[in-house]
Amino acid sequence: MSAVVRLKPRALGRLQVAKVTLAHGGGGKAMKDLIDDVFVSAFDNDLLAPLEDQARLDLAGLAAHGDRLAMTTDGYVVDPLFFPGGDIGKLAICGTVNDLAVGGAVPLYLSCAVVIEEGMAVEDLRAIARSMAETARAARVSIVTGDTKVVPRGACDKIFITTTGIGVIRKGVEIGAARARIGDVVLVNGRLGDHGAAILCARGDMALESPVESDCAALHGMIADLLAAVPGVRFLRDATRGGIATVLNELAAASEVAIEIDERATPIAEGVRGFCEILGLDPLYLANEGKIVIAVAPEDAEGALAALRAHPLGRDACAIGRVTAGEPGRVTMNTVFGGRRIVDMLVGEQLPRIC
Amino acid sequence: MKYVDEFRDREKAEALIREITAVVREIDSARHRPLNIMEVCGGHTHSIFRYGLEGMLPKEIELIHGPGCPVCVLPMGRVDDCVAIAERPEVIFTTFGDAMRVPGSRKSLMQAKAEGADVRMVYSPLDALALARRHPDREVVFFALGFETTMPSTALTVLQAEAEGIGNFTLFCNHITIVPTIKAILDSPDLQLDGFLGPGHVSMVTGTAPYQFIARHYGRPLVVAGFEPLDILHGIWMVLKQIRDGRAEVENQYARIVPDAGNAAALAAVGRVYELREFFEWRGLGSIDHSGVRLREAYARFDAERRFAIPNVTIADPSSCQCGEVLKGVIKPWQCKMFGTDCNPETPLGALMVSSEGACAAHYQYGGIQRQRGVA
Repeated sequence: MSAVVRLKPRALGRLQVAKVTLAHGGGGKAMKDLIDDVFVSAFDNDLLAPLEDQARLDLAGLAAHGDRLAMTTDGYVVDPLFFPGGDIGKLAICGTVNDLAVGGAVPLYLSCAVVIEEGMAVEDLRAIARSMAETARAARVSIVTGDTKVVPRGACDKIFITTTGIGVIRKGVEIGAARARIGDVVLVNGRLGDHGAAILCARGDMALESPVESDCAALHGMIADLLAAVPGVRFLRDATRGGIATVLNELAAASEVAIEIDERATPIAEGVRGFCEILGLDPLYLANEGKIVIAVAPEDAEGALAALRAHPLGRDACAIGRVTAGEPGRVTMNTVFGGRRIVDMLVGEQLPRIC
Repeated sequence: MKYVDEFRDREKAEALIREITAVVREIDSARHRPLNIMEVCGGHTHSIFRYGLEGMLPKEIELIHGPGCPVCVLPMGRVDDCVAIAERPEVIFTTFGDAMRVPGSRKSLMQAKAEGADVRMVYSPLDALALARRHPDREVVFFALGFETTMPSTALTVLQAEAEGIGNFTLFCNHITIVPTIKAILDSPDLQLDGFLGPGHVSMVTGTAPYQFIARHYGRPLVVAGFEPLDILHGIWMVLKQIRDGRAEVENQYARIVPDAGNAAALAAVGRVYELREFFEWRGLGSIDHSGVRLREAYARFDAERRFAIPNVTIADPSSCQCGEVLKGVIKPWQCKMFGTDCNPETPLGALMVSSEGACAAHYQYGGIQRQRGVA
């Protein structure tokens, strides 16, 4: 029996208006109604429902998953809030679940803080909360505590969400950016740049249409399968902002090795390639929300690929390069054309070229 | 991808490199310096670095990355003018993305935006015109920038604004023209160029005829080339064959896109809307006669320079910058004493570090391999 005392749930309030006002952040009945109607009812779990100032977690239950606690936090801002393949709510769950999973942790609990702009449609808020709840349920994590603030119009862009997650790292798993060794194989679990391209297209200000959908997904299931097949995985990281170029540079710098990738082996969807060609963008720097960069010992590469490909989110997994004895910290790419170029860290954000 | 992958074929590239190497061997072996080929266009520079072409070529060939990035050659005073217009409360200032970061003497457009100016990134001048329709109570200014490639689209936008009777749309015209610029480079006393890759997109509008003087009066070959890596290698091979044969002609490698006579409709729109300025200032190169255009009197009401008071002050390039020498191929980017230290893509001092198409920025981001090998 759990040592945690389950507190009795109370009756949930209901919102009667279509737009969020400053009154919903005032701490009174309006705020209680907003939290109950939008968040508590969607997230629906015993740990959250009593709405104490903290969630009370069972230590023995945590310890059953491994021997170290992992904790992470991330803020989510995106324009537009709803885009092909996802929305800010799904992003806020998947991103934090993935940040735990790439450390080898089993993600278990999340907290969620939302900053809402006065005037936001309650229906949009409900849709975002529903999406968070569905994503969390599918990922088998619970949103157990949270915070809601309403700020005056113009003080934020519709909604900002911060999620904090805790998980437990499996015994024996040691993953780190400083662990890559010369000869290691670098893998990715699928096509790159989909999220960045989908968001840029969804903004609709460049009159470009693309069939690309965001790859936003919770990857802990696939990562668990990978770690079960290859417990000695050296490095895992989700390639979000800055794309795989940034992750590879971080790996090369921390491990003091060179990394060489092969453009021909780097999987990029036709739609993303075309999009990048038109705007002069480099897909290696586009954001992903469902892709990880993996480094494994050469003898583990086949097993890792097989484990990834057996999972729906790793169907297109492939090896893209190798860790080499070149200049430490340097990432290079053998181009599709037979040349070689440096893949450096991006300075600022990528801006479309004039012509 | 159709019409792209065909021009990135590795086997064809290797065959072309063999051909290029063979031609280079047939060119006077007693030369004391490399064969210097200038690609005029920033798009070429970008492709050369992106595909690692420099490292594939025989060491006897040096590619000189010329003045073809309009963002890079924009003088600091003009950026100050942009900022002055953008900071007016009634103005929505619209610009292509890569012009946002160009430093003025005080700040860039990106910094002005952070401080409250209404600066918006657009992808076409027509997007700016659409903003003018949506915001009739604001003044929408489009930062018109670029060579002959982008000139027709801004000219057509002005004609469209005129046809619709839109009164709150203006251009801040900074269009520049390529031919006087090449001439200025050819007139440079320290010229060491053996041939040119001509700009594909510009030539799509102008045709190939405007380059004839380069072959006739300066005795240098020019090959108009496309932007795919095979196009560029093919163009280099064509230039080398001319050098080997002692010819100096204008040839068209990019005939699938570039008609020799150019695009008559685009040229007509350009001729109708713009007239040559007496001179225009370039970053790194100074003032070049007849190298820029402005709106004709008939379109004065669409001219931001007439609508708004702007500083219009000439600001000298930082004295430490050697952009001019790099542009003319006298020194390589990394031989500039500021390269990679005070001047880097995050805080560019010089013109060529500003846009990813600039020679210095491209070297900073993509280059370096040759230098590590000790080839250059």
